Amino acid sequence: MSTTETTASGIGPVEGASLYDVDNPAPVIESPRKRTNKTPKSTRGNFEMYGWLFMRLSGIVLVVLVLGHLLIQLVLDGGVTKVGFAFVAGRWASPWWQVWDLAMLWLAMLHGANGLRTVINDYAEQASTRLWLKGLLYTATVFTILLGTLVIFTFDPNIR
Amino acid sequence: MATPVLDKAEAEAQAASPYITVTFRVRRFNPEVSAEATWEDFQLEIDPKERVLDGLHKIKWDMDGSLTFRRSCAHGICGSDAMRINGKNRLACKTLIKDINPEKPITIEPIKGLSVLKDLVVDMEPFFQAYRDVMPFLITKDTNEPTRERLQSAEDRERFDDTTKCILCAACTSSCPVFWNDGQYFGPAAIVNAHRFIFDSRDDAGEQRLEILNDKDGVWRCRTTFNCTDACPRGIEVTKAIQEVKRALITRRF
Ligand code: HEM
Ligand code: SF4
Ligand code: FES
Repeated sequence: MSTTETTASGIGPVEGASLYDVDNPAPVIESPRKRTNKTPKSTRGNFEMYGWLFMRLSGIVLVVLVLGHLLIQLVLDGGVTKVGFAFVAGRWASPWWQVWDLAMLWLAMLHGANGLRTVINDYAEQASTRLWLKGLLYTATVFTILLGTLVIFTFDPNIR
Repeated sequence: MATPVLDKAEAEAQAASPYITVTFRVRRFNPEVSAEATWEDFQLEIDPKERVLDGLHKIKWDMDGSLTFRRSCAHGICGSDAMRINGKNRLACKTLIKDINPEKPITIEPIKGLSVLKDLVVDMEPFFQAYRDVMPFLITKDTNEPTRERLQSAEDRERFDDTTKCILCAACTSSCPVFWNDGQYFGPAAIVNAHRFIFDSRDDAGEQRLEILNDKDGVWRCRTTFNCTDACPRGIEVTKAIQEVKRALITRRF
C-alpha cells in the first residue's frame, strides 16, 4: 500500500508524503514522569504524613487568626483608613497581638510554603526544575519568617 | 381498500422506529500516518437504548475498520473499555446513548494521563506497575500450604467489600488531576486494591502495604477532588477508601 495514501479514517498527510509509515511510526507522547519498575520503592519516614496533618491543623488555626486579623484591620473602627504607623505601634505594644501576629506569620508562611511545595511536586517535571524551584521557595520562606520575627520582637515605636 | 390501512401501519412503523441519527466525534491518532491526533465525525443510525460500545462496533465493522479500541466482555466486567465520553471517564459498554444527550455530537477520547498508542488505546503499563507495587495478593504469616479454608466472619468480609468490586479499568486513576501531572503518584486504583487487602482480616501484610502508601507518592498526594469516585463505573467510593487508608496510617501512630 502506498504510504502517501490518505487512510479511510481521513487522517492523512497535510501536504505531500507523510513523514511516518509502518516501519517509522510517529513518536508516542509520553505521560509526565511515568511509573516504571525502576521507580524507587517506598521511602521510610512520615514526612508526608506530618505535612498533610500540618496543612489541616494549621488551616483550622488560620481560620481564626486570619479572619480575626482581617476583621480588625479592615472592618472594625473605621475600616482600613485607620491603619497607620500609630495603629500598628499601638497593637504591638500588647504581647497578645505580638503572639497573635507571630503565630499567624509562622503558620501562614509554613502552610503556604508547604502548599507551594505540593504544587511544585505536581507541576515540575524535571528533577532539576524541582530542585531549583524548591530551593527558591525555601529561601524566600526562611527569609520572610526570620525578617518578620525579627521585626515583631525588635519593633521600636519611637523610631524616627 | 387495503392500501390506506397498510399505509397507516407503515407510517406507524416509521414513527415507532427506534433508530435515531447520532454523531460520534472520535479522537483519532495513528502514529503510522501522522504525529497529530485529530477529531473525526461519524454519523450513525442507532437505537438510543444501545450503548456507546455498540456505536463503536458499528463504526469499526461497517464504516471504518481502522478504528482501534479495547473491549472484551462488553458487559462491564473486564475493564477494557474505559474511555472519556463527553468529557467524563466511563465504560463504553455501560453507557447508554440515551443517557448522554444524543442530540449533540458525542465526543469519545482515550483516557488521560497515559500515553496514547493508537486511537482509543493507551499504554496501561504504568497503571499496572502501580498496581503491582502495592502487592495485590494475599500474604500470610503462615507460609505453609493451607489445609482448610481461611474462614472469615461476615462482618470482617463486609469491611472491605466495596474495594473488592474493582475491575482495574483505570477510569479513576486517569480522571485524577494529580496523576495527569505526575505519573509517579500511585493513583486511586492502586490504593483501592491495597485497601482491599489492608482491611482483609485474613491478610498479614497490611502494615507493609501501609508503609508503601506512606511514601511521598502515596496517599498523601491525594487532594480529595472526588474525580475518582465520580468516574468509577463500579460505584466504588474510591475517595472514601483512600481516606480510610490515610486514617489507618495516622491512627497507627497516635
Ligand atoms: C484561612 C484558613 C485556611 C485554611 C482552612 C486552609 C486550609 C488548607 C488545606 C486543608 C490545604 C490542603 C489541601 C489539600 O491537601 O488538598 C491547603 C492548601 C494550601 N493552602 Fe491553605 N488554608 C488556609 C489559609 C491559607 C493561607 C493564608 C495561605 C497562604 C499563605 C494558604 C496557602 C495554601 C496553599 C498554597 C495550598 C496548596 C494548594 C494546593 O494544594 O493546591 N492557605 N490549605
Ligand atoms: S476503582 Fe473503579 S474506576 Fe478505579 S480501576 Fe477500579 S473499577 Fe475502575
Ligand atoms: S468491555 Fe469489558 S468492561 Fe466494557
